Amino acid sequence: MAGPRAGAGILGRGREVWSTRSAVRHGVVAVGALLVMIGLLTAASDYQATVLTDLAYLAIAGGGLTVLTGLNGQISLGHGALMAFGAYATALLLPDREAGTPLLVVVLVAVAASSVVGLLVGLAAARLRGPYLAGATLALAVAVPGLPLYFKDVLADGEERLPAVMPEIPIWATDTAFYLTGADPSPSKYIAFCAGVLLIVTFWFLANLARSRVGRRWAAVRDDEVAAELAGIHLGRSRVSAFVVSAAAAGAAGSVLAVKSRGVSPESFTLDLSLTLLAAVVIGGLGSLTGALLGSAVLVAMDQVVDDAGIALGLSQIQAAELAPLVYGAVLVAVILLAPRGLTGSVQALRRRRTAAPAAPAPRDRTRGSAAADPPADGFAPADTTADTTADTTTDTTTDTVPSGAASTPPGPTTRTPRGTP
Amino acid sequence: MQQLTNTLLGGLTLGLVFAAFALALVLIWRSTRVVNFAQAPMAMLTTYVALTLLDDGLPYWVAMLAALACGLVLGAVVEVLLVRRVSHTVEINPVILTLGLFIVFHAVAALVFGNQPRSFPAPFGIRGLSVGGQTIGVTGTDLFAVVAVLVVMGALVALFTLTDLGLRMRAAAFNSEVARMLGVRVGAMLTLGWALAALVGSVSGILIANGSLVSPNYMDSVVVFGFVAAVLGGLESPVGAVVGGLVLGVSVSVVSGYLSSQLVALAALAILMLVLSLRPGGLFSTPAARRV
Repeated sequence: MAGPRAGAGILGRGREVWSTRSAVRHGVVAVGALLVMIGLLTAASDYQATVLTDLAYLAIAGGGLTVLTGLNGQISLGHGALMAFGAYATALLLPDREAGTPLLVVVLVAVAASSVVGLLVGLAAARLRGPYLAGATLALAVAVPGLPLYFKDVLADGEERLPAVMPEIPIWATDTAFYLTGADPSPSKYIAFCAGVLLIVTFWFLANLARSRVGRRWAAVRDDEVAAELAGIHLGRSRVSAFVVSAAAAGAAGSVLAVKSRGVSPESFTLDLSLTLLAAVVIGGLGSLTGALLGSAVLVAMDQVVDDAGIALGLSQIQAAELAPLVYGAVLVAVILLAPRGLTGSVQALRRRRTAAPAAPAPRDRTRGSAAADPPADGFAPADTTADTTADTTTDTTTDTVPSGAASTPPGPTTRTPRGTP
Repeated sequence: MQQLTNTLLGGLTLGLVFAAFALALVLIWRSTRVVNFAQAPMAMLTTYVALTLLDDGLPYWVAMLAALACGLVLGAVVEVLLVRRVSHTVEINPVILTLGLFIVFHAVAALVFGNQPRSFPAPFGIRGLSVGGQTIGVTGTDLFAVVAVLVVMGALVALFTLTDLGLRMRAAAFNSEVARMLGVRVGAMLTLGWALAALVGSVSGILIANGSLVSPNYMDSVVVFGFVAAVLGGLESPVGAVVGGLVLGVSVSVVSGYLSSQLVALAALAILMLVLSLRPGGLFSTPAARRV
C-alpha cells in the first residue's frame, strides 16, 4: 500500500489526505480486528485458514472496488484483470525458495505494478461513465488474460502456469506463534495471517482516505459532477486518483491470491473473477467497506454451503461447483431489484426507520440528524452519504416528496426514467 | 496477397455477425436505456437448445427456428420479470442487473449442459469455396452467415419503417409519455423490443457457433466485440452499429491473422479507447448538450 507520503503526490497536499483523528479511531478498530483474527486463526484448521485467505483477498479487492464504485461512482468490471498484474508481479518475485524477497517488498511491488496499470486505465476511463465505462472495463477483463498467454515464452518459459513459492516462514514468526499457541504455524496459517494483516492495513488505509478531504471529493464527484466542478474540484484528477487507489488494493489482493494458490495462470483472472468481486461489493452494500467485507464473507460462506448442499443433492463435484455462481448471481439480481443498497444499506435503513418512526421529521433533516451523531459526518459515512444521494436524486427527478425511510424501497415500474432519444 | 484477401473477407463476414449482435444491443439501449451485458449468455443458452435438438436428430432448420423462438421468449421474460422492475435512479443498477443475469445464465448452462466444449455442426460445410479455379477463404457457412445477417437487418428495417407496429415501437422508445397518451401500449412495445433483440442475439449466437465449438463461455468475447461495435457507432445508431461491427470484424481478423488470436480482445479494447478518447459518445453520435 502506498504510504501517506507517496499518496500525497497523486492525491493532493499531504495534510488534506490524512486526518489524525480518524486514523487513531480506525487504528483502534484495526487493532481489535487483528486480535480477533489471531484468535480465529488459532482456532481454525488448515483448511479453514485457506478459506479465510480466500475471504481476505476477496475483501481486499472488494474494498478497492468499493472506493471506486461506491464512493466515486465509477463502475469497474475489470478489477480481476487489475489483480492479475499484482499476482504476476508477485509470482515473478517469488520464482523459487531461494528468491528470498521479503513478503513486504513483494506486496509493495505488486501494488506498484497494478497502480501503474490503474493509472493508465483511470486516465482512459476518466471521461467515460455508466455503461460506457462498464463496457470498457469489461473489455479489459476479457483482454488481459490473453497477455500472459501471448508472452508466456518470456514470462514462464512457455508454460501457462507461473509458480509462486512462498518464502520460508521467518524464525521470529515461528517463535511468536509457538509462544502464543504452543504449535508451529503451518504454511497455510502463515499465509492466512499475512493476508489478514494485509486486509486490515488496507482497510485502515482506505477508511482513512475515505474520511479525508480526498474521500469527500470522490463522493462529491459521484453525487453531482457540476456542483463538484463549481466547488473547484478537478473531476478528472479525482476520478483518476480513485482508480489508482482502487487498483492498488486490487494489486495487493492479486498478491495474496498468487501466494495462496502457489502460482498464477491466466484462467484465474477471467471475467468471472471480476464479476465475483462486483457481486460481493453489491451484495454487501455499495459504498461501505463493512459491506465489502460482509459481501465477501457471504460469497465465501455460500461457496462452502452450496457446494456441500449440491453434493448432498447428488450432483457431481463439477456441477456442484457451478451451483455457487448460480446462487450468488440470483442473489445479486434479487439484491439489485429489491434492496439496491445491499446488506449494510438495508440494515441501516431499517434501523433508521425504527428510530425515526415516532418523531417522523422531514426526510432531509432526518438524514442530517442521524449523521450528526458522528461529528465529521461528510467523510466516509458510507450508508449515510448514499442515503443522501438516493434521497436527493429521487426528489430531484420525480418532484415527489420521499416518505421517510423510503430510500431503500425500489420505485415500481411506474417511475421509469424518461427513455428514448431526445 | 491471397492471405490478405482471405483475412479481409473473413473479417467482413465476422464483422456482419458482430454487427447483428451490436444491433441487438442498440435496439435494447434505445428503448430501455439498458446495455444488455446478458445478451451473450442468452444467445449461448439458445444455441445450446439448438445443439440439444440437433443431437436428438432433428434437422438443422428446425433446431435453428426453435432456438430463435426460445430467444424471443427468453427476451420477453427477462424484460417483464426483471428489467421492468429495476430502478434507474442510479445509473449502474441496470448494468449490475444484466451482469447478475450473466452469472446466472452461465451457471445454468454449465449445470445443465456441462463445461466441456461441444462441437456445433456447420450447415454448409467448412471448406473454402472455389472461385475461378482458386479456393478462397470464404466457406458456404460464411455465405450463409452473411445472408442470414442481411435478412435479419432487412427485416428489422422493414419492421421499423414500413409497419404500424414498428412505428409504435419507435414512438415508445422515443418518448414513452407522449406515446402512452396517444394510445401506444408502451410496456408491450418494450417487451417486444427485448424479445426481438434477444432473437437477433440468438441468430448471431448460432452463426458464431456454426462449425466451431460451443461452451458456456464461447460468447464472452463476443459480448465485448458486440459492445465495442455498438459503442463505435454511439450506442444509438443502428447504421453506426453495422459500420462499427464491420470495422471491428476486419480489425479482429487482421490482428488474429497477422499477430496472435490471444491479442484480439486487447485490440478491441485499444480501438474502443481510441475512439472514445477522440469522441466520447462514439463515431456516429451528435454531441449532447448538458444542462447545468
